[in-house]
Amino acid sequence: MAADPKAATSFEEGLKGASEKVAEFHEERTALKSIQHWLHQTPSAVPLIVLIVALVIFGFLSPNFFKAVTLSTILQQIAIVGIIGCAQTIVILTAGIDLSVGAIAVFSSVLMGQFTFRYGLPAEVSIVLGLAFGTLMGGINGWLVAKMKLPPFIVTLGTWQIILSSNYIFSANETIRSADIEKVAPALQFWGQSIQPGGVKVLYAVFLLIVLVAIMAYVLRQTAWGRHVYAVGDDPEAAQLAGVQRDKVLIQVYALAGFFCAIAGWVMIGRFGSVSPSASTGVLGNIQSITAVVIGGISLFGGRGSIVGMFFGALIVGVFEMGLKMVGTDPQWTFFLIGVLIIFAVAVDQWIRKVSG
Amino acid sequence: MKLSTKALLGSAALALISAVPSFAQDVTACLITKTDTNPFFVKMKEGATAKAGELGINLKTYAGKIDGDHESQVAAIEACVADGAKGILLTASDTKAIVDSVKAARDAGVLVIALDTPLDPIDAADATFATDNFAAGLLIGQWAKATMGDAAANAKIAMLDLAISQPSVDVLRDQGFLTGFGIDTKDINKWGDEEDARIIGNEVTAGNEEGGLKAMETLLAKDPEINVVYTINEPSAAGAYEALKAVGREKDVLIVSVDGGCPGVQNVKDGVIGATSQQYPLLMASLGIEAIAAFAKDGTKPAPTEGKAFFDTGVALITDKPVEGVPSIDTAKGMELCWG
Repeated sequence: MAADPKAATSFEEGLKGASEKVAEFHEERTALKSIQHWLHQTPSAVPLIVLIVALVIFGFLSPNFFKAVTLSTILQQIAIVGIIGCAQTIVILTAGIDLSVGAIAVFSSVLMGQFTFRYGLPAEVSIVLGLAFGTLMGGINGWLVAKMKLPPFIVTLGTWQIILSSNYIFSANETIRSADIEKVAPALQFWGQSIQPGGVKVLYAVFLLIVLVAIMAYVLRQTAWGRHVYAVGDDPEAAQLAGVQRDKVLIQVYALAGFFCAIAGWVMIGRFGSVSPSASTGVLGNIQSITAVVIGGISLFGGRGSIVGMFFGALIVGVFEMGLKMVGTDPQWTFFLIGVLIIFAVAVDQWIRKVSG
Repeated sequence: MKLSTKALLGSAALALISAVPSFAQDVTACLITKTDTNPFFVKMKEGATAKAGELGINLKTYAGKIDGDHESQVAAIEACVADGAKGILLTASDTKAIVDSVKAARDAGVLVIALDTPLDPIDAADATFATDNFAAGLLIGQWAKATMGDAAANAKIAMLDLAISQPSVDVLRDQGFLTGFGIDTKDINKWGDEEDARIIGNEVTAGNEEGGLKAMETLLAKDPEINVVYTINEPSAAGAYEALKAVGREKDVLIVSVDGGCPGVQNVKDGVIGATSQQYPLLMASLGIEAIAAFAKDGTKPAPTEGKAFFDTGVALITDKPVEGVPSIDTAKGMELCWG
């Protein structure tokens, strides 16, 4: 203090010579911090960067990689996992997890097929029924999570197996052949049709995936409902206190996830041609979708990340699978690298979280 | 021909056994399959159940949860031995790892018959009732070569295999096909080591439509001019066909396969698949039950087919475009004999 305190004669005398600055935070605005901040604001940036790097590397390694045909094939191959990824994304945003997504997709496709071929319903009706049943299966998951207060992991671990075995039992594991579907119920194969700009086939399914991702990106970011989903995932108690109807949002999220899975089931018929209850999606779809979500930078702890990131995540997996096969490496390396990517993605997520923590 | 003789023999044995129905009442047999969802095993179970019903044998069936589920099969063998079963019919998921469990069962006096999939080594089981998978591959290889004629010398071949672990059935069919097509297989116990330029590549399919489709897409990305496709089974062939249809090449590519399931034979009829080799799971299972009944009666063990290490349940090439020098039956006959 500059002045002698004894000399003070009035109330503010003691402040004489003191700093007149207002309290403020001092933070070094380093480049690293700026990047961290930017990444925090743009959760889909990391997967996008990884995707571009992967594309460039594979472009160098394999001469056939940068052909339009190859790239459109990759898009086709991720169509189903991408749509199931939409379902997984909204569930994970609520800090949940859905292990039953693949099973719902396969069972929905089987229901659509069997309603037509066993019960003779018109294909359009079967599709609507299939979508409704998928939504119902998701809704049951949501009810068990929201109302019965059971952990999502346990609930969907159970329903995954229930739905998958129902699928085998109901279908007697009979495959409905592509040629029969084409003849009797072409509507089932709708998403397998394609446009051909410049001779390159692009399936309707690919456009559907992009449209779904775009719609969900808008809904999650711009609507009240979307903000509620994030809020429930971030802190359910706080969300409830703020007036969010937590249980209702949860049930809606799981039901919507079921609906997406049923759409994926419909797309499966288009892409594979046939309806097969033993499609690998039933067993692996959950893991594949969780992989896309995690690599896409969506936090497994809920409330953080964007659905566009999931889309890039699915693309990364697709690019790795196709790229490594074209280079001719042992298939195990694909799994190895995807495993590394998953851990890398979670590490980045934790690091970015520090900016807000 | 071969088949009806066997059926005749079978019914003769049946007549003989049913003449003394009292003995079999307390005989328990087990059927352990890889899964109970694959139509092939569904049919095998049907065959075994029907025959066991006829012979008054108490049949218990077990299966792994998924293909490759070794633990469930070991647990099933142990349960059967504990249960006092006379015989076990086994389709092993892991042909090497199961050997110890099989030995323990045989030491306990149980007859163990491998169905469809030989154990490694093959004599780990008392007997093996199976399709000659190499012969099945050989037939489609010979057919493809003969159908292509001179163009076979410049063929571009896609190989759609089962799994990277190269299970024996996968290797036998693959190498059989290549041998039939006239390609040097290098190490006959391993696929993928061939250097013939006609092979564009090997991809695995997990034996379903999804896998067949993806594998074909990958190989088409490698070389869009592929004109011969070998597939491990008919679902993967159906998947490959969808991939070819997507690029508009389904008409000028030859697809061959193995299995003889009803949807597969129908696909041969429709021209989706050029030719397929049919195997007979129903026969494997019913003969297996008969063998257990005979063993329970007087301890006789089944003998292998002459010149082979296993009892050959037969294989037939199904095609509507027969070629000279390769015996085949048409799809009408194939539909009568199909399963699943």
